[in-house]
Amino acid sequence: MEKILVGLKRVVDYNVRVRVRSDGSGVETDGVKMSINPFDEIALEEALRIKERGEASEVIVVSIGPSEAQQQLRTGLAMGADRAILIESADPVDPLTAARVFLELVNREQPGMVLLGKQAIDNDNNQAGQMLAAIWGRPQATFASKVEIQGSTATVTREVDIGLETIEIDLPAVVTTDLRLNEPRYVKLPDIMKAKRKPLDITPLAELGVGTATAHAEVAFEPPEERQKGIMVQDVAGLVEALKDKGLV
Amino acid sequence: MSKVLIIAEHDGATLNESTAKCVACANDLPDTEIDLLVLAKDGSGVAEQAARLDSVAKVRLIENDANEHALAAVLAPQIVALAGGYSHLFGPSTTFGKDLMPRVAALLGVNQVSDIMSVQGSHTFKRPIYAGNVILTVEAPADLPVVATIRTASYKSVSATNNAPVESLTDHTELPQHTRFVGLSSGSSDRPDLQSASLVVSGGRALGSAENFALIYALADKMGAAVGASRAAVDAGYVPNELQVGQTGKIIAPDLYIAIGISGAIQHLTGIKDVGTIVAINKDEDAPIFEVADIGLVGDLFKIIPELKDAL
Repeated sequence: MEKILVGLKRVVDYNVRVRVRSDGSGVETDGVKMSINPFDEIALEEALRIKERGEASEVIVVSIGPSEAQQQLRTGLAMGADRAILIESADPVDPLTAARVFLELVNREQPGMVLLGKQAIDNDNNQAGQMLAAIWGRPQATFASKVEIQGSTATVTREVDIGLETIEIDLPAVVTTDLRLNEPRYVKLPDIMKAKRKPLDITPLAELGVGTATAHAEVAFEPPEERQKGIMVQDVAGLVEALKDKGLV
Repeated sequence: MSKVLIIAEHDGATLNESTAKCVACANDLPDTEIDLLVLAKDGSGVAEQAARLDSVAKVRLIENDANEHALAAVLAPQIVALAGGYSHLFGPSTTFGKDLMPRVAALLGVNQVSDIMSVQGSHTFKRPIYAGNVILTVEAPADLPVVATIRTASYKSVSATNNAPVESLTDHTELPQHTRFVGLSSGSSDRPDLQSASLVVSGGRALGSAENFALIYALADKMGAAVGASRAAVDAGYVPNELQVGQTGKIIAPDLYIAIGISGAIQHLTGIKDVGTIVAINKDEDAPIFEVADIGLVGDLFKIIPELKDAL
């Protein structure tokens, strides 16, 4: 195939313990470390490996987000992507609108595959990839743990609740990544310098000509109920006694 | 009035427990009428089980060779063809529902409400975000169908004392050929299913190897418990992926969860938020798992597991 499109979402770093703003209006993101969504990093790594095997010729990273998402796209370019597209939107974009943005880019770029993370670790929606496949009318292979290309088809192993499912899909198609697909490479300093010269195209979302979907109203944000701290026992006998007290054994 | 269509999850022979939990969630909507949809190759057995679930008005059954395996691209158009007249379309937050329902939502031109944990009104729901560190209340547009997945750990299955009618339908939708099932490899065992078990023994990286994980299996077997694992244990190759508990694995709610050698990353803790009693066994007394454990024991798991097994 000629091109692979990869989505990179800018999210709060997975090591940050997020907190609800004191007025309940949202999640505190001021001064918080931001990173590429980990599943998207896996998607990019997979695209690069496909290209390195000679099965694709260009890897294009795409982000929909604020101007600052250029940082994540530059990281993607430093990992090895050939060029980047930022669809700029100061406000967060709902999954269906994101899918429509990707469909517009698919129509322009005609990729053989779109590789996305199975979910973003901020909103945990797990929707955009399936939605893109739906409105594109093409196959979806979600939660991928192995991707093999055979010309105009791909064989994908998926992590499902009862084990590993393998499906065959015609290309072009959407593949969403699970954790064990690969381990993303580290970025090297010379690559960061090189990435500064790679093309990064910025288009405001409003100029893309995509109809935005109706997002759900976000009514309230609250912290989860905390579990009460329990008791410590000194030995196995104490543990068994505590379990018996609760009627569990 | 809420008219709900729930997409039944099954393996061709048995209705998955997740379906009865979706019915429980739908029951929380105001003034509901609930239909179940079974898409299968030979679905009469599954439809019969579905018809027993309490609160179900009727079961709709579409039998088609193409429905032998649950391929989202094949099932979604059949669901969309039936969607007219329903205010809500629900599926479980299992890999089946997570794969399928967004495809349905997009074809209907709506966003999906993912992982409903509580119903606040006909169009208002609570759902976890940021690995469960934040609970978000969302309101879906009142004039559009609500497509949602249900966080099964938040609901208790409805009982099965009903005898709802089963209606067989013929689907005339043109189904895509571009997605084909090849195979399923399942670590099937005689142990209880992790998702629905009332007792779970779970192991982490501290087990150190796949061989040592036999200790976890032995304790689980003694207790009649299901086996789970942390992401670290799965990544290290000690156990297969389907045993992973957490944000990106299974979200479970057994009565008792024994976490052994699991430090308790937030991504893991979100998977056990609704557990009745959490027992943590870890050699590091500062491990975050002890912050949420009901009963904690600091010590060497290689000594404790055999002792515990003998004491039970």
